[in-house]
Amino acid sequence: MTDTTSPKAATRPSLLYRIWDHELCYSFRKSHLTVGAAVVTLILILAAVFANIIAPHNPFDTASIDLMDSELPPAWTVDGDQRFLLGTDNLGRDIYSTILYGMRISLLVGFASVILSAVIGIAAGLIAGYVGGKVDAVIMRIADIQLSFPTILIALLIDGISRGILDRELHDAMIIPVLVLSIGISNWVQYARTVRGSTLVERNKEYVQAARVIGLHPILIMIRHVLPNVMGPVLVIATLGLAFAILTEATLSFLGVGMPPTQPSLGTLIRIGNDYLFSGLWWISIFPGATLAILVLAVNLLGDWLRDALNPKLR
Amino acid sequence: MSNHLLEVRNLRIEFPTRKGILTAIDDVSFHIDEGEVLGVVGESGAGKSLTGAAIIGLLEPPGRVAGGEILLEGRRIDNLPYEEMRRIRGRQIGAIFQDPLTSLNPLYTVGRQLTETIMTHTDMTPTKARERAIEMLTQVGIPAPERRVDQYPHQFSGGMRQRVVIALALCVNPRLVVADEPTTALDVSIQAQIIALLKKLCREHGTAVMLVTHDMGVIAETADRVAVMYAGRIAEIGPVKQVVKQAKHPYTEGLMGSIPMIGHTDEKLRQIEGSMPRLTNIPTGCAFNPRCPKAFDRCFRERPDTIPVDGTEVACWLFDKETANV
Amino acid sequence: MAAFILRRLAQSILVMLVVSLVAFYMFQFLGDPINQMVGIDTPLAEREALRERLGLNDPMIIRFGKFVLNAAQLDFGLSYQHKQPVVDLLMERMPATIELSFVSAIIAFFLALPAGVYTGLYRNRWSSKALLTLSLVGISIPTFLIGILFIYLFAVILGWLPSFGRGEVITLPGGWTTGLLTVSGLKAIILPATTLGLFTLTLIMRLIRAEMLEVLRTDYIKFARARGLTNRAVNFGHALKNTLVPVITVTGLLLGNLIAFAIITESVFQWPGMGRLFLQAIQEVDLPVMSAYLVMISFLFVVINLIVDILYYVVDPRLRVEKSGGGH
Repeated sequence: MTDTTSPKAATRPSLLYRIWDHELCYSFRKSHLTVGAAVVTLILILAAVFANIIAPHNPFDTASIDLMDSELPPAWTVDGDQRFLLGTDNLGRDIYSTILYGMRISLLVGFASVILSAVIGIAAGLIAGYVGGKVDAVIMRIADIQLSFPTILIALLIDGISRGILDRELHDAMIIPVLVLSIGISNWVQYARTVRGSTLVERNKEYVQAARVIGLHPILIMIRHVLPNVMGPVLVIATLGLAFAILTEATLSFLGVGMPPTQPSLGTLIRIGNDYLFSGLWWISIFPGATLAILVLAVNLLGDWLRDALNPKLR
Repeated sequence: MSNHLLEVRNLRIEFPTRKGILTAIDDVSFHIDEGEVLGVVGESGAGKSLTGAAIIGLLEPPGRVAGGEILLEGRRIDNLPYEEMRRIRGRQIGAIFQDPLTSLNPLYTVGRQLTETIMTHTDMTPTKARERAIEMLTQVGIPAPERRVDQYPHQFSGGMRQRVVIALALCVNPRLVVADEPTTALDVSIQAQIIALLKKLCREHGTAVMLVTHDMGVIAETADRVAVMYAGRIAEIGPVKQVVKQAKHPYTEGLMGSIPMIGHTDEKLRQIEGSMPRLTNIPTGCAFNPRCPKAFDRCFRERPDTIPVDGTEVACWLFDKETANV
Repeated sequence: MAAFILRRLAQSILVMLVVSLVAFYMFQFLGDPINQMVGIDTPLAEREALRERLGLNDPMIIRFGKFVLNAAQLDFGLSYQHKQPVVDLLMERMPATIELSFVSAIIAFFLALPAGVYTGLYRNRWSSKALLTLSLVGISIPTFLIGILFIYLFAVILGWLPSFGRGEVITLPGGWTTGLLTVSGLKAIILPATTLGLFTLTLIMRLIRAEMLEVLRTDYIKFARARGLTNRAVNFGHALKNTLVPVITVTGLLLGNLIAFAIITESVFQWPGMGRLFLQAIQEVDLPVMSAYLVMISFLFVVINLIVDILYYVVDPRLRVEKSGGGH
């Protein structure tokens, strides 16, 4: 045999080396596409977080915006202005800066709604799996029904209802929580299904019974034991879910039921640009569109890789 | 050239991994004659099934035949192009898998699965193929075959499904059948029936069998010769009577000791201490040395090849002349 | 068979009831229909009388019953915004949406099938990996952006295809309008249908690939190979057919999704379908239109699911044949 070193004789490698040598890390290193996606994601997230430092202009500062600067093409074209790298929109806002700030909103809504979905889904899955019986049946039936409706429809509906409850100004002020709520609620089902499956397996194990004997609430114990088991699948769902949430937010904003033009996300920018596309002002929608596509693609690539890497059958 | 039906010479199967190449089968040689039943025994992971898969040319990547050769009637088959090997599979070498519940496609009737196999390898008309299918079902002892032929696999019990699988393996009269643990997944009460059926049919058709199993009892009753495998190598191979009655290799002795025998009630069932090494961690010298009660210094230094002793062949230094003289 | 279909039917009715309940409650909490029907200066007494006449003071359960009964007769009241019966508005726009969804479903399925099978069978070829990465790009670019790009390229720059509307429409007997029988209608549907179908195409393709990989690992495929069947028979006769069983279910679901996702495409291409009506209704809080759309679309889903179930039944004999003989 080629392998002659006894594992016991060798000194224990450092933690850093063990992480580096881990199966998951190895498959990550080996896939250049995934490494690229991770780098791009990281750069975009950092750019969004530090938008106020990086951006040359503040698109929300009405004092600094000059209508005279409106509809300028990108800097490298004939009519371009050096101050505005990617051109300006119809109000004279710098596209580059607006993209950075818009991405901030897109990512904020994306992350927040993924967290909301995960919390609702994990809780529902734990309860359904642990309590069982009628509670389980009701939760899973709701999940089934919701699953047969496209998320975009549910998100639109929740947004529509919120418009009915809140008046217009309040709705515009509350738009970010409303979006998080609509996208979050429409995506919990997958988490619930995964967690429920794992909970059903754990429920009858001895430690759950033992916990009851020593007076601990079994649910607490289950959370401690079930969650580590479902971390992998939940992480995969969350990563792909982030891409999907960003897309949904952009879609809602594009349809005019998301972020308002005064506080534009990437979707809103594309919507604004769409009206000017026929006049040849392509840069207003194309640059935010490309940013959105690259961001979502990078996150999707990461999620896709993670799913394959955590699936032992595909090794 | 040899006149054996199947001959395996110095077969070596490797699995490339990122930490280097794993050798799963190392220098395995044996042969099977016309109409003979060769039993192959060993613990799981010893390489029995891999050897079987290599013979029918269906090793799963990344596994690959890295050395040695496999000959069917003197013709080398391990390096044939896929299409040529396909014509041999089913036609000349049949296969029976472990789990009859999953071996049949649930969406097709058993008749359709039989006729498609028959028509792939012969130029029978659909009507003729159907007649042949019904005849095969009769032969494997399925009652009311004219009706059963149009039923789906889920309408058959486990034992009945394994009979269908046997019918599928034998329907074009192959010269050799590789049966990989054909009864492991079945009820104990049905196991004996299936083995008896397989033995009877193969005797009638003159089909040779490579019977892979971990059940020494099945081997003792069915096989003409037996090969004992351990950690990817052959430990002992020879006529079944000799191997069972006078096991030479300490590992075979251990295996025999673990079979309950009628009439030996007061004798304790012995068990081999420890477990088979993993492929990544095979010791130098004889792979069995950590578990061998009779191991001595040479066993830790050199790897033994098979040595002919009284009609059997044993890979053990105990039987080497040099060692014996010392 | 009958029992199976009946059980599914019962489930469908349950779904419809739940959806109706949601639609009904929207009215309860959101709007006062009286405010929509009368002027601001209408005296309180008159409002009360109208309220009583419309049955708005009845107990909740009776009103829900009435709502369901009316919905079953396609009576969803008047649109707040258009002041027309909602059902007329929807029916007028339904053919446009159905035609759009149907054409994109066909595009999606018949491109996804070969692509999915190919990438499943030859998973290690670079062309498969390229196709797979490309499909990920397809999932990552939002539908509306693809629509915009298509319009910019094929309508604005090249000028080959129209950028909005349905083209020339022919009214068939029975009131169904179709754009599939005129040249301009066909030209008009190409861009929106492709846009709408692309997302579904990538999903179905990836699903078929995943199922194909799963099936190719099964024992019966290995056994089929061990029997010496040709690659063609193994891959297309055995593997593909088993792959299609789960694919049919999801494809049905996705077909339903297409009708809903048409909202986006219709908005980009100004396609005169139900989706745009719904979108306007949301922006204007036009409750009757919102709830009617919801009920209609869930009805369409239920019908699609029922067809899928029947298909499933036809393909999988394990559901079809009752157990007989062969017991232990």
